[in-house]
Formats: sequence, C-alpha cells, structure tokens
Amino acid sequence: MLKTGLRAGAGLLVPGTAAGYFLDREKRTDEMAAAQVRNYSVESVAAHPDVVMVHGSDPLQTLERTLSSLGGIERFIERGDRVVIKPNIGWERFPEQAANTNPMLVAHMVALCQRAGAEEVIVTDASCNDANRSYHKSGIGQAAYNAGARVLLPQPHRFREMELGGGILRRWAVYQPFIQADKVINMAIVKHHSLTMVTAGMKNWYGILGGTRNLLHQDIHQSIFDLAHFMRPTLTILDGIRVLVRNGPQGGSYDDVERRDVIIAGIDQVACDSLAAGLLGRRPDELRYLRMADGVIGHTDMNRIRYREIT
Amino acid sequence: MSALSALAKRWTLPPSAEEQLTKKAPPTAAQSIKKWREFGGSSAKGKTLVWMRRASQVFFFFLFMFLLVRTEFRASFDEAGISPEAAAGVHLDQPVSVFLQTDPLVAVSTTLAGHSLYTGLVWAMIILVPTMLLGRFFCGWICPFGSLHQWISAVKPNVKGGKRIRRNHFQKYMRVKYYILVAMLVAAVFGTVQIGLLDPICIMVRSVGLAIIPAINAMTSWFFDAIAMTNVGFLQNVADWGHQARVDWITGKDPIVHGAWFVGFIFLGLLLTNRFITRFWCRGLCPLGAMLGVFSKYSIFGMRKDHEKCTGCNLCLIHCQAADEPQGGAQWHSTECHMCFNCESVCPEDVIHFEFFPKRSDVYADTDMTRRAMLTSAAAGAAFFPLSRITAEFKENFDDRLIRPPGSVIETDFLERCIKCGECMKVCPNNALHPASLQGGLEGLWSPVLIPRVGYCESTCTLCGEVCPTGAILPVTVDDRLGQNDHPLLRIGTAFYDRGRCLPWAMDTPCIVCEEWCPVSPKAIWVEEVTVTRRRQEGAEEIHLQRPHVEPDLCIGCGACEYSCPVADDPAVYVTAINETRNPDNVLLLRNADQTGGGY
Repeated sequence: MLKTGLRAGAGLLVPGTAAGYFLDREKRTDEMAAAQVRNYSVESVAAHPDVVMVHGSDPLQTLERTLSSLGGIERFIERGDRVVIKPNIGWERFPEQAANTNPMLVAHMVALCQRAGAEEVIVTDASCNDANRSYHKSGIGQAAYNAGARVLLPQPHRFREMELGGGILRRWAVYQPFIQADKVINMAIVKHHSLTMVTAGMKNWYGILGGTRNLLHQDIHQSIFDLAHFMRPTLTILDGIRVLVRNGPQGGSYDDVERRDVIIAGIDQVACDSLAAGLLGRRPDELRYLRMADGVIGHTDMNRIRYREIT
Repeated sequence: MSALSALAKRWTLPPSAEEQLTKKAPPTAAQSIKKWREFGGSSAKGKTLVWMRRASQVFFFFLFMFLLVRTEFRASFDEAGISPEAAAGVHLDQPVSVFLQTDPLVAVSTTLAGHSLYTGLVWAMIILVPTMLLGRFFCGWICPFGSLHQWISAVKPNVKGGKRIRRNHFQKYMRVKYYILVAMLVAAVFGTVQIGLLDPICIMVRSVGLAIIPAINAMTSWFFDAIAMTNVGFLQNVADWGHQARVDWITGKDPIVHGAWFVGFIFLGLLLTNRFITRFWCRGLCPLGAMLGVFSKYSIFGMRKDHEKCTGCNLCLIHCQAADEPQGGAQWHSTECHMCFNCESVCPEDVIHFEFFPKRSDVYADTDMTRRAMLTSAAAGAAFFPLSRITAEFKENFDDRLIRPPGSVIETDFLERCIKCGECMKVCPNNALHPASLQGGLEGLWSPVLIPRVGYCESTCTLCGEVCPTGAILPVTVDDRLGQNDHPLLRIGTAFYDRGRCLPWAMDTPCIVCEEWCPVSPKAIWVEEVTVTRRRQEGAEEIHLQRPHVEPDLCIGCGACEYSCPVADDPAVYVTAINETRNPDNVLLLRNADQTGGGY
C-alpha cells in the first residue's frame, strides 16, 4: 500500500515537474543582483512628441489618436516582445466609479500590442482589495482576457525580494512579471488622493510591490519617487476619461466622478503626471514627488520636452 | 432462485427425526469461511448493491468536496464575456450549501428554535421521507463524514478476528447518540441551537473547510516555497507550476483561521477512533444518525434471515459497519443499520436477504433508550439554556469584539439559527470571518466573528448571507450594505482611534492609510489638517500633518481601517460592535436610535 503510494507519488511528480518546466516558459534571472533601474524605455525622437494630451469623446478613438500622434504602436512594441501592461486594478469597483483604469482602454491596448506583433501580453496588478473581486468588478480581467491577454491574478509566491536601492525603498518584494518583461506599459487612471493630492502614473507603481505596503505612507513622496526611479516604462498612458475628483483613491459614489474625456500619454512619466495634476486643478510644484522627480526622472515643465495637446 | 427455495422451505413441514438422521450434516463455520475464501459470498444481488453503494459514496463525497472547494468566489475569464448580470455583482455559481440544506437535523432543530423553516431547508425532506421507508441509507450511501470513517476504518484495521467480532455486536454505548439528540433538540426548543457542534455535515464543512483545506494549502505552499528558494531556474518553474496548481485546485486565498487547531484536532481525533471501533462516531455519537434511526423505526425495507442456514462463521459481523446484528440467530437492529449491504454480499450460506416487508420477527426496531436516561438528557438540554444565558459573556452585550457578519439577525435570533457550519467563513473573500472561541459565550462557540486584523469585511460583498443555510445571516443586497437607493444603512460596528498609538496623533508622522482604505463615499474617516512642531534629535521642525477622525454616522464597521493600519500588533484604529444596526440595544448615538435597519 505504502509502496504503491510512493510509486504513484513519484509517477506524478516527475512528469509534473517536467510539465511545469515546459509549460512555464518564463526565463528566469537572478533578481537578487538586479540593478536599481528597470529600464524599458524607448528613445526620444525628433519626429514625434514625447508626451501628448488628447481630447475626444470616444475613448477607443482617442486612444488610437493618442498612439498615432506618438508615432504609432510600432515605436514602442517590437515583434516577439513580451509586454506587461499595468492597469490600476486596485479596488473592487465598477468601471463607472473610476477607481480603476477603464477596461475598454486596457483591452484595446492589448489588441494594439498584439497587432504590433507582441508574442505575449500580460495584464496584471497587485490589487489592494481581494484580487478576484477587483479583477471581476473592474471588468478588466474579462475585457483583457477577451482581447487575448494573459491575465495574471497576483499570488504571494510571485513576489521576489530584491534590492531597489532607493532612498526609502531599499529592499522590497517586487511583483515578478515586471522584472521579467521586454516592455512595460503603465496604464493608470487619474484620481484624487488625500495624502498626495493626485495619484496617476507614478503612484500606480505601488501595485508592483508586495510586503507591508501600508508603511510607505509615512514617506509617500520618497517612496513614489523611488518606485518611478526604479521602473522606467516603455509608455505611460493615463486614463482621464473619467476622473475621480474626491474620496479617492477608492471613490465609491458616481457623484465623485467627473467626465473629462482626456488621455495623457508619453515616454516621460513625470510630465504625464504633471499634466494629470492639472486635470485635478493642481500645479506640479504643489506635489512633492513631482518636485523631487523633476530633472531626475523626467520633467514637469512642458517647455523642456516635446509636448503636444490635440483636440 | 435463492428466494424461491427459501419460500419453499418456509412452507414445508419441519423434517421428522428420521429424516434428520439420514440428512447430511450441516456445514460448519470453518467450511463456510473456506467457501467464502474460494467463491466469495453467495448473493449476486448483495454484491451489486455493495458496488452501487460504493459508487454512491464516492460520488457524494467528491460532490461534497467539490462544492466545499468552490465555496469561494473566483474571477473566471472565459469567452462568455461580461453579461450585465455578472457585472452587477459577485455571486457564486454553485449551490454550495446544498448538503446543509438537505440535512434534516439542521432543518428540524432550527425550526424548533426559530419557529420557522428557512428557505431551502425544505429540501431536507428529500432525506427524511425516504428514510421512513428505506432506513438509514443516508449514513451508508451519502454522508461524506460517514464515508470518510468507513474508508479510514478499512485501511489496515488493527482490530481483527474475535475481538473485532465482539466489538461489532450491538452495544449499549450506541444509545448515547440518541441521548445527545434529545439533549440538543430540547435545548433547541428553548432557543439555543447546538446541533452544529456534532452534526456530521456541519463537522465536515467546518473542519475540512476551516482546518484541513487551509492546512493542506499551507503545507503545499511551504513545500513549493522551499523548492523556489533553491534559486535553480528549473526548480523555480516547478514551484511556480505547483503554486498555480494549488491556487487552482485547493484555494485561491491563503486562509489562516482563528482556533483552527482546535477544530482540526477534534476532527482528526474522531477519525482516529476508527482504529479501535469501526465507525465509532456513526454508531455512538452522531445525532443525525440518531435522528434518522428514529425515523427508520417503521421502515418497510429490511433484513430477512434464513436462520437455520447460518453456520456462525461471523463473516457478516466482521464486515458490519453499524453493529446491527446481521448474523443468524439474532434480531437485526433496523435503527442502527446503515444499509451498506456488506453482510448480504459476504454471506457464503445465503442467510441474509434485504427485501421489502421483511419478516417482523427478524427485525428489532427499537432505539433502546431508557426512560430515565432520556429524561436526564432532556434535563441536561433544558439546563444548558439558562446556564449559558445567565453568564456575563451573554448578558453584558457580549464581547465588544463580537462583530457579526453583515446581515446577521439580532443575537438571540442568531443563536436560534446559527449552526456553526463555517460556510460563511469559508466563502469570505478576505478571510475576515472566523469561528469564535468564547467571544459569544459558550453558546457561540465556532459561530462567525469578524476579526479585522486578519481581514476586513468587503463593503459590497454579500456572499456570507448568500451561503448561510439557516438564515442566521440574511441575504442582504449591496444597496443594504451601502445604504443607497432608499435602503437603510447596514452597520456591523464602529471604528475608534487609539490616539496614543496613531502615527499622526502620537508620533507626528504622516500616515492616513486608514482614510485611503475607507470604502464608503463620502468617507467615514476624515482628516484634520494641522501644522505642528515635530521634535527630532536634530532639532524641531514645522510639519504639515493630516490627523484622522471617524464620523460614526457614515462608518459601517467593515474594519478596512483596522486591517490596513500599519501599527502592526495592536492597531491604532479598531472596530467594535457598537452601533451595529441589528441590535437596538447596542446603539451608540441617540440620533441613530431609530435607525435600526430592517431587523438586521
């Protein structure tokens, strides 16, 4: 009886491990020795603007126009790329409550990446509320799946401790898909936040962290700076279609939401966040993390980059 | 054929002395056993029934386990797309409480206590009515706890031969289950439902759902974490694959459960008794078995024995699950038998026959309760009620941390309904509900209690009310929970600040994670903007701070603030049950005194 059990166990384990090896084709690197910057960015080119703000009432059309004005998706995604899209799926809220990124935009971005020849598009976020519920109610899980993305629900084992070398984020658990990608696209939503006043692209990187995230509020600006310094995305896309103007970052009431019909996108995440601050009626120099990042990670002054506003 | 010959025998006259002398000597027990070893039992019908019973047991056991594992919400991304209904909320796609809803003991005891039969419990008749005709088939064919006992007792039994035969005779301790039943039903009549402590389905859901599954999950997790720690690429792939399998097949969350060890050890202890007496639990303790035994007293299906054929080989006794005296020369105890048909299947001499309308003289249909013991147990059940109600744990508004799930009825009604099954705790997406130890008094043992430090109550979640089989937690809506669309706001407690521990209050350090997490809109936590002089070793500095406050009218008591508070051990913001809308005696503010919801 015992022997049979052992034999059966071995029989399951050996093909199991083999299957695991072949099914999961992720390339592994030694994260322990990782550098302090994950640079997925593309070069600034004279032919195209660095950052655009596009107005338009139809979200998908606006996204199309945003990308074409930046030089097309081909500028960012190459054939065979493994792309990770980081929407905000932090809260268990409906799309109309504007606490999470618009699911239609995420799905469309997945489709665009695939059109550009991406081998795999992963959509994932380490939610604050229960991930199952957040992915479900935000509509992002379903929409991204239908568009052909690999939707990953965050699991504790997918976080790896690594050296970030930041001012306050020295060593922290980081969500693995963001370390092992070819391209990373940050798709955040513009929201009010009591402590930082505005949350948009740079604060969205909180969602790649594990560990005791609730300590970070004590030095929130430094931690946002550290994260943005560490993660240099290929592209930042800020959803300003619906903007949560109060009771952020969760909202909960439709009264907290205002329709702005804007998409901000570009290769400079600091500039993108500065424009997002404007949507909520704040100047970039009111936000400490933007002041810290100005001239280090990007620019808060639109005159120092190639910026276009398209209506 | 065998039935015909038996019939013929019954109608022929007894043989005369001469005939008996000339007749061949009857087979001995040893010959019977030899026959069984070579050919097996003689009844083909018995063998078919045994295999059908085994199939049924496996089916129902795995159905039970499937439903238990599925008692949690999982986002599924399939091609179906988002239907407006699916997007409208978060619901389970399986009737996960169906085993509890068909449990007659749950139906009867909650009806006795609460004077009404909760929706869904009508299905208990599916078990009860056939039991009156067919006997305790539920125990042998369906009950997942019974099946588990049976399988465990079959693994290398250490009690064999004569000892096993002696233990498989009917014994007096088997009456205990009837006394337990009487005590619990009498207690239920007074208004305290305690059957959940010993009802086999409740034990299975609670123990497997809250102790065994989490334990298996933790073991698997540690195992694959250990593999991942090797930092060998290949082994990390194995770990990833294993973790994913764990998430897909065991549980999507990493449950930790208050007092899981206690629940788990009792469960394992009960299983261990099978090493000494086969299905000791089912024979001696199970109140559901007792109830079905009572109902099977007049069942029309039963055992007929050809006593004169019996050679006393005792094979039936060796294989008997329920100690119901299947052998020749004794009366079969119809109230004990689990209808497993092992005896009919193994009997080499074709003594045992299960049929409709068996011979009356072959059947002993009494539970053997003595009047004195029955009165004693009824008195014990009656005494339990006042003794538990006059204790301070009950009277002094219970424990202030006795936060019940949203939709719970008022405590006295709650104790008339809650069967401590643990469905709500298993389904809770945030691992927030736990089996109480003594927070709710002795009566409230293992009833659900919110422990926000482990997990907060999701403000738009209604799953616990959806799975509750007895209506202790009513199925509320999202509108109830958030007090929108003209529904009165449902509060389960109120948050309080401990300003001596709160970072902005006590340490002049920015924080307000609680405010970020507060799920209601407008937020129940508001911040006061202050500029203070913070003293540091390097000198004082002026800093701008936000200090949090609670607005009690808006607070729903979900505990998200307590959960997210970075003061890790003893949180600076915590929730107590005060101002819960279910209890008009637990109102905090005069202006809320008339706002006690719709009874929950």
